[in-house]
Amino acid sequence: MNKKSFGSQLLAAPHIVWSIIFIVVPLFIMLYFAFTNADGGFTLENVKQIGLYKKAFGISILYAVIATLITLLIAYPMAYFMTKVNISSQRMLMMIVMIPMWMNFLIRTYSWITILANTGIINTFLKSIGLGPVKLINTPGAVILGMVYDFLPYMILPIYSVMSKIDKSLLEASEDLGSNAFNKFRRVILPLSRPGIISGITMVFVPSVSTFYISQKLGGNKTMLVGDVIEYFFNAGPDYYNVASAISMVLMIMILVCMVIMNRFSDDDSEGVII
Amino acid sequence: MNKENIVQLKNISVAFDEQVILDNLSLDIKDKEFITFLGPSGCGKTTTLRLIAGFLEPDEGDVLFEGKKINGVPAYKRQVNTIFQRYALFPHLNVYENVAFGLRIKKLPENEIKQKVEEMLKLVNLSGLERRHIDTLSGGQQQRVAIARAIANHPKVLLLDEPLAALDLKLRKDMQKELKKIQQQLGITFVFVTHDQEEALTMSDRVVVMDGGKIQQVGTPQDIYNEPQNAFVADFIGESNIVDGKMLKDFYVEFSGAKFDCLDKGFDKNELVDVVVRPEDVDIVPVDKGMLTGVVTSVSFLGVHYEIIVDIGGFKWMIQTTDEHFVDDKVGLYIEPDAIHIMKKSEYSGLYGDYSSYSEEIDHLSDIIEEE
Repeated sequence: MNKKSFGSQLLAAPHIVWSIIFIVVPLFIMLYFAFTNADGGFTLENVKQIGLYKKAFGISILYAVIATLITLLIAYPMAYFMTKVNISSQRMLMMIVMIPMWMNFLIRTYSWITILANTGIINTFLKSIGLGPVKLINTPGAVILGMVYDFLPYMILPIYSVMSKIDKSLLEASEDLGSNAFNKFRRVILPLSRPGIISGITMVFVPSVSTFYISQKLGGNKTMLVGDVIEYFFNAGPDYYNVASAISMVLMIMILVCMVIMNRFSDDDSEGVII
Repeated sequence: MNKENIVQLKNISVAFDEQVILDNLSLDIKDKEFITFLGPSGCGKTTTLRLIAGFLEPDEGDVLFEGKKINGVPAYKRQVNTIFQRYALFPHLNVYENVAFGLRIKKLPENEIKQKVEEMLKLVNLSGLERRHIDTLSGGQQQRVAIARAIANHPKVLLLDEPLAALDLKLRKDMQKELKKIQQQLGITFVFVTHDQEEALTMSDRVVVMDGGKIQQVGTPQDIYNEPQNAFVADFIGESNIVDGKMLKDFYVEFSGAKFDCLDKGFDKNELVDVVVRPEDVDIVPVDKGMLTGVVTSVSFLGVHYEIIVDIGGFKWMIQTTDEHFVDDKVGLYIEPDAIHIMKKSEYSGLYGDYSSYSEEIDHLSDIIEEE
C-alpha cells in the first residue's frame, strides 16, 4: 500500500516540481511586487492605485463578455451541427475547427489586419463597387472580432465533446414522451450540454479578459485593455513592476471569482465538471 | 376497420444498406392483449417495435393505429410509449421529474402532475424516492422509474424493448409478474420484445416467433409449444428432438425405422415431414418393450431431472427422465401418440433438433449465433 502510494508520488514528482517552479514561485513573486515599493518596503500604494485603471478593467470585462456571448452563439449551433453529421464529416469539421489552433496566434491576428485595414481586402472590394472605404480596423468591433476568432475553438470543442456523448436513446425517449423538436432541445439537449457550455465560457472568457495583443493590433491605441496596461508597465522598466504586479493580482482575483461563480452554476445540478 | 385490432402491420418491409431486416411482415395486435415478439438477435423484433413507436418508417407497407394509417406520423404524436432496453432515464432530472416529463410537455396543471406522479410511483412501489437522483438508484429501481414514466402518459399501447435483460434472474422473475399485473390493472396493450423464450411463455397472451425478418408462428404460448409450425419454432421454444419422417397415412407416421400412431392428419400419402418429440414426453423402458432402442451416450443431472442423450441409429435424442441411467446402457424408448407432433418440411428442416454435438459446444455455438 505504502509502496504503491510512494510509486504514484514518484510519478507525480515532475509535475509537482514543474508547478512549484513555474506557477507557485512566480505567483509569490507577483504578490511580493504587488505589496512592496521600489525599495522593497511593504506598501498598499500599488493596490490603491488600481482605481486609476478602472476604465481599462471595465472595457476588458465588457469586451470579454460580448466576445464570449458571440462565441457561444456561433459555437453552440456549430457543435450541435457537428454531432448531427456522419462520423467522417465530424472528423473533417473537427479538423477545420482545430487547424487555426495549430497556427501561431500572432500570425492569425496579423492576418486580420490585412483583411480589415483601410487598404485591406474588404475595403478594396468595397471601394471597387463604390461603397468604401469603411472604417473597420482600430474599432472595438475589430477587437471583439479578433477575440471571437481566436478563441472560438475553445468554445466549440468542450460543447461538442459533451454533446456528442449524449445518449441517443434519451432523445428518442423524449420524443416518445411527446417532445417535438423544440421541447427535445429545451428539456434534454440544452440541460445535458450545460457542462460543456460552462467550460467553454470559462475557456473563452479568461483569455479574452486578459488579452493584450489583439487589442493593440486590431484596436489601435485607442482601446487600452487591462492586459495592455500590464504589458505597458512591465515594458516601462523595473520601477513599474510593482504597479504591474498589483494590477495582475487584481485581474487574477477577478477571474477566480468569475470561475467560482461559473462552477456554482454547474454544481446546481450535481452535474458539475471540473474546469 | 376492425375495432378489436389496435395496431396493424400490413406487408411491412424494411432494409438497411440492402440488408433485409423485415420481409413482408403482417400482423394484427389486439386491443388490451399482452403480445410478445420472440426471436434471436437480428430477427427484426426490435425493428418492428421501432416501427410502431415511430422511430423508423417502413420502406414498404403500412402501420395502422386504431384503423388509421400512421406512416409518417412522428413519434411524439403517437399514442404509444416505450420502455427502452437500458431505460433511457434523464440523468439531469430526479425520479419525480422523470415521471413528470411527459405530463409537463402536455402542460398539465401542477397539482394534477403531482397527483399523477405519486399515483404512478405508488403503482411501481417507489413512493418516497421522488427526490432521488437517477444514478443513485439500483437497476431494478431504474426499471420501475422507466415503467412509471411511460405509463404516466396513459398510452394505449406500451412498447417494451427487452426491458428485463439487464436485471439478474431473481429480479427478472419478480418484474415479470409485476409487469403482467400492471398490464392487467391498467388494461392496456403491451407489446413486449425478448429473446428469452421462458419469459415469453410466462407473460404473454400471444407470442410472435420471428426469425430472418419473418414471422414464423403466432399463437398462444401453449400453441407455440405444443404445435410448433416448423423446425425453427420447435427448436427455439424449449428442447426438441426433430427427426425426418414419412406420413404413411392419416394418424400413422414412420421415423427412425419404426412406425407410430399419432394424432396428426391432413398430409399427402407418404409425404416427407419433420417429426417433433419433446424430451420430457419420451419414456425409457426395457429394451424388449421399446418402440425404439438405443445406447446412452451422455448423462447430466439437472436437479429436477436427468438429461440423457441416446444414440438411435446415429441420431442423438435428448430425453429428460427422473430415473438414473448410465453411459453405455442399452435402453428402449416408448412414445405415446400424443407426444408426437408432425410438421411440414420447411427451409429449417434438418438444421435443428439433433443433439449429436450436444455438450458445451451447443452453448458455444449459440453464442456465436447471438453475436451475429
